[in-house]
Parts: sequence; C-alpha cells; structure tokens
Amino acid sequence: MGDKMEEEYEGGVVKKFMFVNRKAPYGTVYALEVLEMVLISAAFDQDVHVAFLDDGVYQIKKGQDTKDLGHKNFSPTYRALEGYDIEKLFVERESLEERGLSEADLLVDVEVVSRADMAKLMGEMDVVMTA
Amino acid sequence: MSTLHTVNKSPFERANLQSCLGHAQKGDSVLLLEDAVVAAMAATAMAPKLADAAQSVKIFVLGPDLKARGLDPAGVADGIGVVDYDGFVDLAAENSTVHAWL
Amino acid sequence: MKFGILVNEGPYNHQASDSAYRFAKAAIDKGHQIFRVFFYYDGVLNATKHSDPPSDDRNVVKNWQKLAEDHKVDLVVCVAAGMRRGIVEDSLAPGFRISGLGQLIEAGIQADRMVTFGD
Repeated sequence: MGDKMEEEYEGGVVKKFMFVNRKAPYGTVYALEVLEMVLISAAFDQDVHVAFLDDGVYQIKKGQDTKDLGHKNFSPTYRALEGYDIEKLFVERESLEERGLSEADLLVDVEVVSRADMAKLMGEMDVVMTA
Repeated sequence: MSTLHTVNKSPFERANLQSCLGHAQKGDSVLLLEDAVVAAMAATAMAPKLADAAQSVKIFVLGPDLKARGLDPAGVADGIGVVDYDGFVDLAAENSTVHAWL
Repeated sequence: MKFGILVNEGPYNHQASDSAYRFAKAAIDKGHQIFRVFFYYDGVLNATKHSDPPSDDRNVVKNWQKLAEDHKVDLVVCVAAGMRRGIVEDSLAPGFRISGLGQLIEAGIQADRMVTFGD
C-alpha cells in the first residue's frame, strides 16, 4: 500500500495519525478521552485515522443508554467527527464477528476491514496513539 | 518501514499480546516489558506461540523487568533477545513507528 | 532522534510512569532529545506537588522534576484531564506546566518518534 509520506505543504508537516481503540466504553475513561484527543487533532490538518478493534468496537455501538449509570452518553460525538473532516474510521470485521455484532449495530459510518487489512493500515502510520 | 510494538501486560492477564501478534507485520519488532515479560520464559505455555511468531517478527524482552520479577534472563525462550532500556531506545529509533498495545 | 513521550497513568498504581522515565533517561544518555513528555488521563497525577512517598523507594514525581531540571525536558499536563482529576495550576510540582491536548498532537507532529506508556 505504499510508503508513508511526510509532505510539507503550506509550511506544515502532515503525518498519518492513527488513534487505536481496543476497550469498551464506560468501564474505563479511555474511550471518552481518546475521542477528545481525536477532536483536538482536527485542528492540526493531519491525516487522521480512527480504528476500532477488539472491545473498542463497543464504543460505536448503537443504543447506548447510560441513564442508570449516571454517565454521560458521549457516543453521539462519534457522529460529529465527520463535521470535523475526520472521516477515516475503521472497524475490524473479526472483532465484530467475535462479539456477535455486525455493521448494522454501529451508530456511525465506518469502513469495515479485515484483521489483515487493519494490520497493513497500522503499518502505514507515522504516529499511533493508544490508551 | 517497520513498527516496534510494545506489550506491557501478561498474556495470562490480558489479550494485548495476542492482539499485537495478530496485527504485527513481517519484519516488525515486539518488545515485552513490565508484566508482559513473563511471556518470554521458555517454560511457560506461551513459548510455542512466541516461537511461532518469531518466524516473522523479532521478539525482545526488557531485562530489568525480568530481573525485578525474579525471572532469570538465561531462562528466556530461544530466539527472544534480552535488552535493557538502552536497547529499548535503539529499537524505538530503528523502527519508524512505535505502537503500544494497551 | 527527537522523542515524544505520552504517559497515561499516575505514579505508583501502574509501572507506566517509571517505564517512561527510564526510557527518557536512557534516550537522553544516548544523546537523543526528548521533545516533550505529555501527561494525559491519570498521567496528570504525576505532576502533583503533594506526593510524599516513603523515602526507601523511588520518588516518581521527583524523578520527573529532576529530568526537567537537568535536561530542560518539557513536562506538560493536560488541562482537561487535570481538571477532572483535581490537578490544577496550584497543585503542580515545579517543573511541570499545564496546557491543552494540542501540545500532544504537536509532539506527534514534531517528534521523530512517539512512545506511549500506559495500562
């Protein structure tokens, strides 16, 4: 799939960033605070990719009802990413299948990729942020 | 263009190592540190899995973390390199990206 | 090489901060540069001036402070994560500064390598 590219345009370096999500929401804070980081990254004109694999697929599952927990349901924010030009969202097929989920269960448009393709994509990144 | 993958949780506690190995590409390096170092020992149930993985990726383990846990670097499985923090830095420099499996 | 370091966990609960510190120290000793150490999530707790651990074990906060003092390492605490966890300007040990998440993204852009330590 080609080499990584670092282009300088208009005085700025553009790197391929990937934010990797492997954990379910609410049990830990990472889903929420990674999302906040993704939103901030929008201001920097980088080539941003957001990946959901393993239990991270639950972050974008439809129908989250946090009323009885008292947590803020922040899942609608994933739909706002598009408005920030963050459109490269990827979900791993095997991770969905292992969990009895399908693309129809997800609340946002994503590209469903095989584990092998996810691995290849990860290998193309300049900066990988995980939590 | 290769990645240094870091794994810091034991495979007996978390699926991080498994997931890492499922995504590491040929020629990548994997460094086991903190509690993940237990996976490097030849006597564990992980040894065959790591031997298999070592066919395509280079596997390293952080010596100071082994010693802290009473594990003898001499007991590390064949094909796994023991490095110290200097070696960790070198691995990070030699690979184009560092990917922590948390 | 210019390294960016991200610390996701607080002192003592996880080894993350120690591992990050040892990595940073080794990198500096080898002649590399640490562009920035960014403390996010519970990592902001590494900046508290109130940490007072027993003297027979390492002092995680002071380790970072010494690194900043001796090598001018930029130690940045995320303002939003800090506010959630009660780490604010007043709470900071000398050597740390509070700023926004943009500083982390900038580190990703400017550094040659970004290394993350967490759970």
